[in-house]
Amino acid sequence: MTTAVAEAQDAHDEHHGPEKGFRRWLFTTNHKDIGTLYLIFSLIMFFIGGTMALVIRSELMQPGLQFVHPEFFNSMTTMHALIMVFGAVMPAFVGLANWMIPMMIGAPDMALPRMNNWSFWILPVAFGILLSTLFMEGGAPAGGWTMYPPLILQTGDAFPFLIFSVHLMGISSIMGAINIIVTILNMRAPDMWLLKMPIFVWTWLITAYLLIAVMPVLAGAVTMLLTDQFFGTSFFLAAGGGDPVMFQHIFWFFGHPEVYIMILPAFGVVSEIIPTFSRKPLFGHDSMVYAASCIAFLSFIVWAHHMFTVGMPLSGQLFFMFATMLIAVPTGVKVFNWVATMWRGSMTFETPMLFALAFVFLFTIGGFSGLMLAIAPADIQYHDTYFVVAHFHYVLVPGSIFAIMAAAYYWLPKWTGHMYNESLGKLHFWLSTIFVNVTFFPMHFLGLAGMPRRIPDYSTQFADFNLIASIGALGFGISQLVFVYVLLTAKKGATATDRVWEAPKGLEWTVPSPAPYHTFDTPPKARIAEEAFE
Amino acid sequence: MPHAEDRYYVPHSSHWPIVGSIGLLFLMVGVSNWLNGAGSGFWIMLVGVAVIVFMLIGWFGTVINESTGGLYNDQVDYSFRMGMFWFIFSEVMFFAAFFGALYYARTMAVPWLGGDSNNFFTNNILWEGYEATWPTNGPAGVGGDFAVMGPFGLPLINTVILLTSSATVTIAHHALIAGQRGILKTFLALTFILGFVFIFLQAEEYIHAYEAMNLKLTSGIYGSTFFMLTGFHGMHVTIGAIMLTIMWLRVMKGHFTATNHFAFEAVAWYWHFVDVVWVGLYVFVYWM
Repeated sequence: MTTAVAEAQDAHDEHHGPEKGFRRWLFTTNHKDIGTLYLIFSLIMFFIGGTMALVIRSELMQPGLQFVHPEFFNSMTTMHALIMVFGAVMPAFVGLANWMIPMMIGAPDMALPRMNNWSFWILPVAFGILLSTLFMEGGAPAGGWTMYPPLILQTGDAFPFLIFSVHLMGISSIMGAINIIVTILNMRAPDMWLLKMPIFVWTWLITAYLLIAVMPVLAGAVTMLLTDQFFGTSFFLAAGGGDPVMFQHIFWFFGHPEVYIMILPAFGVVSEIIPTFSRKPLFGHDSMVYAASCIAFLSFIVWAHHMFTVGMPLSGQLFFMFATMLIAVPTGVKVFNWVATMWRGSMTFETPMLFALAFVFLFTIGGFSGLMLAIAPADIQYHDTYFVVAHFHYVLVPGSIFAIMAAAYYWLPKWTGHMYNESLGKLHFWLSTIFVNVTFFPMHFLGLAGMPRRIPDYSTQFADFNLIASIGALGFGISQLVFVYVLLTAKKGATATDRVWEAPKGLEWTVPSPAPYHTFDTPPKARIAEEAFE
Repeated sequence: MPHAEDRYYVPHSSHWPIVGSIGLLFLMVGVSNWLNGAGSGFWIMLVGVAVIVFMLIGWFGTVINESTGGLYNDQVDYSFRMGMFWFIFSEVMFFAAFFGALYYARTMAVPWLGGDSNNFFTNNILWEGYEATWPTNGPAGVGGDFAVMGPFGLPLINTVILLTSSATVTIAHHALIAGQRGILKTFLALTFILGFVFIFLQAEEYIHAYEAMNLKLTSGIYGSTFFMLTGFHGMHVTIGAIMLTIMWLRVMKGHFTATNHFAFEAVAWYWHFVDVVWVGLYVFVYWM
């Protein structure tokens, strides 16, 4: 090695501490810093999107129009969804991936650290642009997060900003996903072969594949909206030989894998937590991998179950109905595996375990209502009612969000080096679980009784359940402040041990708490056999 | 001191990503304002483009310096390769959205407007007398009568040009591995020249379509799919040809060795990708 290179190598060896001040966060290439940025960003978006949800629930607290203009109400439903999907849930899981995957596979960092920084720093730009539309002529987008034409083409000045912010979110997700796939496939410690990877890593590998496959399709769909609006193309214009329904097909080809993008990492988190607090290995590790792969495959061939009422041919309805029902099989495998993991385990109920258990129960309710919606003839009754709202909030709030909360409590001691306040954690859990059900369970009844979604006013027969749901939403919102308090005081608790919990498996528990700025400088060959896979 | 081969490589912190984000902010806000009719948007967009070009030069410059400085090992090289592979896969899916739109329009939307499947009344009440054919600009004849771009003439010549350029870049690659720098320089230059000739002929074809055939982006679904597919492809050819030119300049500066030339290979992969997309276009847009 030449002297110049040797000097460069030396300089490289010395940079191991973080930079000072804001430079650390703007210029960082460190997976832990970037993971922290993602998680904090997602928490901020969670509260912004949550505030919008409270505006919606305030308006719906009683029949009639009381607080907001109907147009603004529609903006709130649209923005709430876009912010929660792309700003809260997805970045939270990417943040967890950034923090945990390198530690779980024995890598020093992500495979492409500079691009990792860029994937994050595109997000504030994207959501800055999106949120700025609230102050524009014509208001924020109000056509629903699904952006169906021709309605969405009536958006005012916000329209191109909406399209380009979606493009930016897509660019960020694709770069993040490429980084995660390459990290998992290329940076594993030498003797960690694929089927020995922790299940969280596996679910993220599959999720990243889904992201790269479908985010570009969303980019294509919104590009067609843009050219239809500004450049006179006829993609979604029947007079020119196009079809508005075509947008729905392209959108949901993205949209259905997207819902698995938001739930597969949650499956991974729960599959890490339940074994730890049951003090048993995960039941059926390999079958979990195969089930997740099956779900990913099926997610590409079920999209039109979101469109049973648009008038597609009967053969199409039948195909998409049966393909959708097939998803219950691998999902059932997962649920039974979690239950079997707990079977005869010596279980304890710390906060992460409580959230994981609530996930198994409540996500399953969301799964069952999904099966009901999958039945094409029955869906004609439920379509676009509050039943759909109840369904996807059950899989997203006590599903994805609870898994994110569980992951935060589970790994927080590893991140900070201190135990969080367990009593407050449990308080947060119980408040969240009670209020999430108070909020969303009545929506099933509202939907079955025929209350449509995305409407600021309703018939008086729906008043009681709406009032209950609004009280629940307010309670859920306020109880999330407990979580913020737990985070703010996270470093005040007792010092955490390296293993943190009694018998967790995996490489992340073999490094000190808090984990050092650079975890593995050399591949941890020997430790893998001893620690991870007893 | 450990050798580069048996230790992980983690790069320094970098200011290029945040510069790129600022560039994207200006670009997107500029384009949006411009589309909304504010003239200043155009200049904001240009600032964004300038910042992004500055970022690309700086970022790639850093990586090239690190690579020629010997900081990278096989693992880093493999990460780059896989990253490029998955990036190209994402591009394939982007084109898939537009090919999907073409497929849907031809086999479903247009026949249904003509009364096919269970759409007898759609045709009878909304678009009486419309017969579904392809190419079409829809039942309302959006954009007026137009002529159809056939598969012969310029498109065929362009197909030959692009396929030839795929061969020349492969010859250049083999020459690079064999250490024949002369052949490498010649055939790489030939490749990007063929690329630029393709773009020139594509522009000629567009001018001909607009002026002589009344075939425009606004010519209903046929015009939309024709120009969006060929247009995005042309954009990718332009990017590919620029990258090939940069590779040629690097070859002239003496970069790349028989074993270490990832950037060259990445561009070659990208070039083959635009080539394959063109074959798809030629078959489904021009020919069938």
